[in-house]
Amino acid sequence: MSATPNTRDIEAPDPVNLPDLAGHFGIYGGKFVAETLMGPLAELERVYSAAMRDPEFLAEFEQDLAHYVGRPSPLYHARRLSRELGGAQIYLKREDLNHTGAHKVNNTIGQALIARRMGKGRVIAETGAGQHGVATATVAARFGMRCVVYMGAEDIQRQSPNVYRMKLLGAEVVPVESGSRTLKDALNEAMRDWVSNVDDTFYIIGTVAGPHPYPVMVRDFQCVIGREARRQSLEQIGRLPDVLVACVGGGSNAIGLFHPFLNDVEVKIIGVEAGGDGIETGRHSAPLSAGRPGVLHGNRTYLMQDEDGQIKPTHSISAGLDYPGVGPEHAWLKDTGRAQYVAVNDDAALAAFHQLALCEGIIPALESSHAMAYVNELAPRMAVDQVIIVNLSGRGDKDIQMVASRSGISL
Amino acid sequence: MDNRIDQRFSELANDGRCALITYVTAGDPGPDITTAIMHSLVDAGADVIELGIPFSDPMADGPIIQRASERALAEGMSLRGVLKIVRRFREENMTIPIVLMGYLNPIEAMGYERFAEQAAVAGADGVLIVDVPPEEAKIVNSQLVAHGLEQIFLIAPNSSKSRIDGVCEFASGFVYYVSVKGVTGSKSVDALEVNQHIAEFRQQLSLPIGIGFGIKSPESAAAVACSGDAIIVGSAIIEIMERHADDFTTMRREVESFVAQLRGALDGARAA
Repeated sequence: MSATPNTRDIEAPDPVNLPDLAGHFGIYGGKFVAETLMGPLAELERVYSAAMRDPEFLAEFEQDLAHYVGRPSPLYHARRLSRELGGAQIYLKREDLNHTGAHKVNNTIGQALIARRMGKGRVIAETGAGQHGVATATVAARFGMRCVVYMGAEDIQRQSPNVYRMKLLGAEVVPVESGSRTLKDALNEAMRDWVSNVDDTFYIIGTVAGPHPYPVMVRDFQCVIGREARRQSLEQIGRLPDVLVACVGGGSNAIGLFHPFLNDVEVKIIGVEAGGDGIETGRHSAPLSAGRPGVLHGNRTYLMQDEDGQIKPTHSISAGLDYPGVGPEHAWLKDTGRAQYVAVNDDAALAAFHQLALCEGIIPALESSHAMAYVNELAPRMAVDQVIIVNLSGRGDKDIQMVASRSGISL
Repeated sequence: MDNRIDQRFSELANDGRCALITYVTAGDPGPDITTAIMHSLVDAGADVIELGIPFSDPMADGPIIQRASERALAEGMSLRGVLKIVRRFREENMTIPIVLMGYLNPIEAMGYERFAEQAAVAGADGVLIVDVPPEEAKIVNSQLVAHGLEQIFLIAPNSSKSRIDGVCEFASGFVYYVSVKGVTGSKSVDALEVNQHIAEFRQQLSLPIGIGFGIKSPESAAAVACSGDAIIVGSAIIEIMERHADDFTTMRREVESFVAQLRGALDGARAA
């Protein structure tokens, strides 16, 4: 019997009060980084927890969310789609309507405010689809900070409009040629930059992964999604939804929606991973569906890895989901059964992309299209008086080249 | 029997010498070459060998060691393969301490207990897990200790006094001082700053201190040889191996000559 950590060793605490002080969600999370980063992480933790107790900070964050991002984002009843599917009523949480076109900006505003408090004049970020890179470049421009974004060379190819957007916003985009040339390698490279320039640089991580306190900090900044959705659901529908659905790459949009509902045990929670060419092919990005626990990028979580503990290459049509790990809180929610995780293939996501465009006049990001694809399966199995809230985490303008080329059209 | 690391450090301390620790990545550019290079390192004057466990995502390493890792993985190297290299080396050398250096995930995939047991049987003496700070060390450390392996920890210029206390709780063998804020093989070490930090750390640490990250030449090794108990050189050796990748004889000769120069620089600095 191996002495490797195991969920059974841990008593089940209240899911809402996690992580513990050391950043653990059960056996997941933690701070698995080299010593040089431990001091800076401790400082970040100090500044961050002080900020969250400071009414002035919270007021400024809220002010920015309202007037710069355009919150609250609507909770939109997709009537035609609901009717077409013939089951549950589908409500879209319209994060695609945020400034910069995705939920990512909720977090980058929060972290940029923290960076400013810490007196850092340079911010760095990793990006997959480019949404987090754009959101970081945006806030850096606004706060007058220097900005460097690391992006896998392969992702630069498939998300070129976002690369140019970042440049327009004054950011330097550094192509990452190592490893699989995607998001995980961009994260490695950003970490290396951070450890080398830690005195003047703040690392704005884009998802609920990484060493503590990032998973909790990013979650807290993204929870505005779920808090609004919960309130809007009560106001508009008169009750809580039956099911929440969100796509999960690193899992920031999903945790932002899910977390404020964790104590509402009657609300079912479903995260949708990227099934790529199909789980059975091995070409996917679905660690919760087909991976096992391990340690990468500063935290313990479910990973796509081989027998020897090497991280496996991932595949998804959506660059934003193309990541071999997932936020540690999702790992915890899976093990405890509070949330369920499923996977949706590239083709189904593409079909959902087209369907939402034609049926509701909304072009969703390919990431969000995974959540929509699962809703397409789920809604018809539910009653017409039941309610699904799905996080429409981003808009699909950035993906039109990719979608066109899959249809054999060159723009 | 004492751990080979402790033995070696106490012998060197008695002789007033600074230890030379050399790093190579196991399986780069192939398993047989690694074993041969390890013997070369010893012949040229290395006191301890740090053997890198290749990992797909070596976050704390610079481009040189990353490339070494990628080459080793492309050759099919695995943690089991690394232990096989240790066993083969031990067939001919029972005295030189071996420290395995790597990231947690491959070790976790094998299972802590199985890894500790097999590493000890293979003939390893210490383990440095780069992404395991003292806060996360408890479970893996208990397995390593149970099998007579010493766990080496990193300390950094920005490690606070309370962090050093945390390191002291689990560390044995020696501690590895990361002399630059950065990744392996990055900027060159600032000797003045290093010597000052080491003097401060000495007040808290009784273990020998090795200095690494950013030591690229005999000169930079000599500059910190008097304040450290050991100098650790990795990327500079791998760079030489890369340069002579197509000619193994030259590779071995150049590595030996470089390591001999490091040895000479350390002994010269201590004698001066």
